[in-house]
Amino acid sequence: MSSLLDIRDLSVSFRTDEGLVRAVDHVSLSIPRGAVFGLVGESGCGKTVTAMSILRLIPSPPGQVDSGSILFKGQDLLRLPIAELRRLRGRAISVIFQEPMTALSPLHRIGDQLAETLHVHESISAAAARDTARDWLGKVGIPDPIDCLQAYPFQLSGGMRQRVMIAMALMLQPELIIADEPTTALDVTIQAQILDLLREMKRQDTSVLLITHDMGVIWEMCDHMAVMYASEVVESGTVQDLFRAPQHPYTAALLASVPALGRPRERLTPIPGQVPSPLQYPAGCRFRLRCRHAFDRCTAHPPLYPSTAGASRCFLREAVAPSTPPREGPLPRGQHQSP
Amino acid sequence: MTSPIVPTPSTAPLLQVEDVRVWFPIRRGVLARTVGHVRAVDGVSLHVNPGETLALVGESGCGKTTLARAILRLESARAGRIRFEGRDLATLAPADLRPLRRHLQVIFQDPYASLNPRMTVQDIVTEGLVRHGLIHGRERESEALRLLSDVGLGRDALHRYPHEFSGGQRQRISVARAVSLHPKLIICDEPVSALDVSVQAQVLNLLMDLRDKYALSYLFISHDLGVVRQIADRTAVMYLGRLVETGRTDDILENPRHPYTRALISAIPRAGQPRRERIVLKGDVPSPARPPSGCRFHPRCPYATAACRDTEPPLVPHPSCPDRPVACIRLGDI
Repeated sequence: MSSLLDIRDLSVSFRTDEGLVRAVDHVSLSIPRGAVFGLVGESGCGKTVTAMSILRLIPSPPGQVDSGSILFKGQDLLRLPIAELRRLRGRAISVIFQEPMTALSPLHRIGDQLAETLHVHESISAAAARDTARDWLGKVGIPDPIDCLQAYPFQLSGGMRQRVMIAMALMLQPELIIADEPTTALDVTIQAQILDLLREMKRQDTSVLLITHDMGVIWEMCDHMAVMYASEVVESGTVQDLFRAPQHPYTAALLASVPALGRPRERLTPIPGQVPSPLQYPAGCRFRLRCRHAFDRCTAHPPLYPSTAGASRCFLREAVAPSTPPREGPLPRGQHQSP
Repeated sequence: MTSPIVPTPSTAPLLQVEDVRVWFPIRRGVLARTVGHVRAVDGVSLHVNPGETLALVGESGCGKTTLARAILRLESARAGRIRFEGRDLATLAPADLRPLRRHLQVIFQDPYASLNPRMTVQDIVTEGLVRHGLIHGRERESEALRLLSDVGLGRDALHRYPHEFSGGQRQRISVARAVSLHPKLIICDEPVSALDVSVQAQVLNLLMDLRDKYALSYLFISHDLGVVRQIADRTAVMYLGRLVETGRTDDILENPRHPYTRALISAIPRAGQPRRERIVLKGDVPSPARPPSGCRFHPRCPYATAACRDTEPPLVPHPSCPDRPVACIRLGDI
């Protein structure tokens, strides 16, 4: 399986009043063609910054990329001239942002916003752009597409706006869609509609990077996933493996702490303590102060140890995978360990 | 009107809500004439027994929070009765209401907006005790320490301000404030939904421990059925200002009867289980300013017939499930 997008050793930091904050710390991911890849983590873990770095949407200053490369079909997006990157934005790679109220212009009609996207990338007549926009609004399940073209974003409900965002992201039939918590602000019955749409896109061989904190969504949508904690990838692998046999204590603890339907009801096992501030990550393993398995080794910084189909950043895995020497830092080719 | 839910014979309900309506006027023009109403809550009856947790679930805009605010008298109900320990809250004089308020507390969703940023934690958690004349100023510190230890916070929190705490810790402070007066009922309005997932479980466990310790009742408002299953004995499902189904939480989650409840439960992604056939509803929740005629769910309901457009279904038990009132006229056919 060839990968469409390869994030290698990406580090991004931000200048703040309290000092330099490393929001993404040596992160590597690889997203295969036609796959939905899930990136999970709690707020502040760096998943959005990772995703927004792909299209260089991190404002600089205060943000800066410290290291790494992001290969899209072999081309390093971080080193591409900005004019070439603009040609990719929206066409080859598009983004569904979390908050459709702030991502859409409040002053322009929906039809004009969709047509603009088309005009930027294609020489297309106004009438044809309008027809294309209308067709896509219909495809994402907007009941009255012609009315919707005339509407301003504030006239639409949250679910409708999110569907407009999705139509905008799909219209140019990109190869990769970055969906940043696309359903977090929505009710579950609307979420079900949006997830169906994303699944439809996958059938058309579009790759999706799906960012969420909802393990249920990951389970239903994704093939591969990575878990981030405190700016680092702590575990990656197939969704089946990670849910059945999580290798990193954080992944296991996260799965055990979420009250969910479809698992036996017992007292929840919370993760003690709080997510640490990026200004005060503990030395060594960043999870160790909340980890029930922490031992003396954990004061050193654990590398990513390869597991069956992924990797785990935990010294407990050192013992189970002794044949393969642990690699310092992230795996060069993301989580896919081809045999 | 009698409550459609059969009360447990031995215990009188702690809270009884009867056919409550809360409408908000829609005003237009320079004269601000009322041109219509948003029927946020439109004829809801429910009760909470002593020691019981009742969950009120539904999607955003269905009226759950408005109902909670009406119970707390933060909104005034247009019709219906809200009785707490048998006394009608709406007709009580303010002087008679005040001693009752002690027993009716609230935990809000947003721990960043619900704590006064200018007060120290000690003052926040003991303010109610002082107001109600239950302790003297001198006892504040010892009382605050006791409350903070109940919620897992230490002495170092006493003289700090809310901004110095994380979301989960702030919600613990809110919990300490709510239990300080030894209330009988706490209304919890989405108390964990603003928290990080790894912290949600801490606060949920805390709420369950305190319920046991102080024999509390909760009216627990949530859109997260996973959370509801964890904490609630009974569940009431709300759609567009009305209840569509009530019953024991396990019954509702395992065997939902109303078509809306079925769709709601099937829409929840379940980790680790084989993917099921999902009922995907069409369209959005209609506006409560212009609720559909008849059954409010009929425009989105896969089972709707012409009769559903005309008849507003009552929330009544069906012969096939006597202890489970369901507001659907097609229950026998689906």
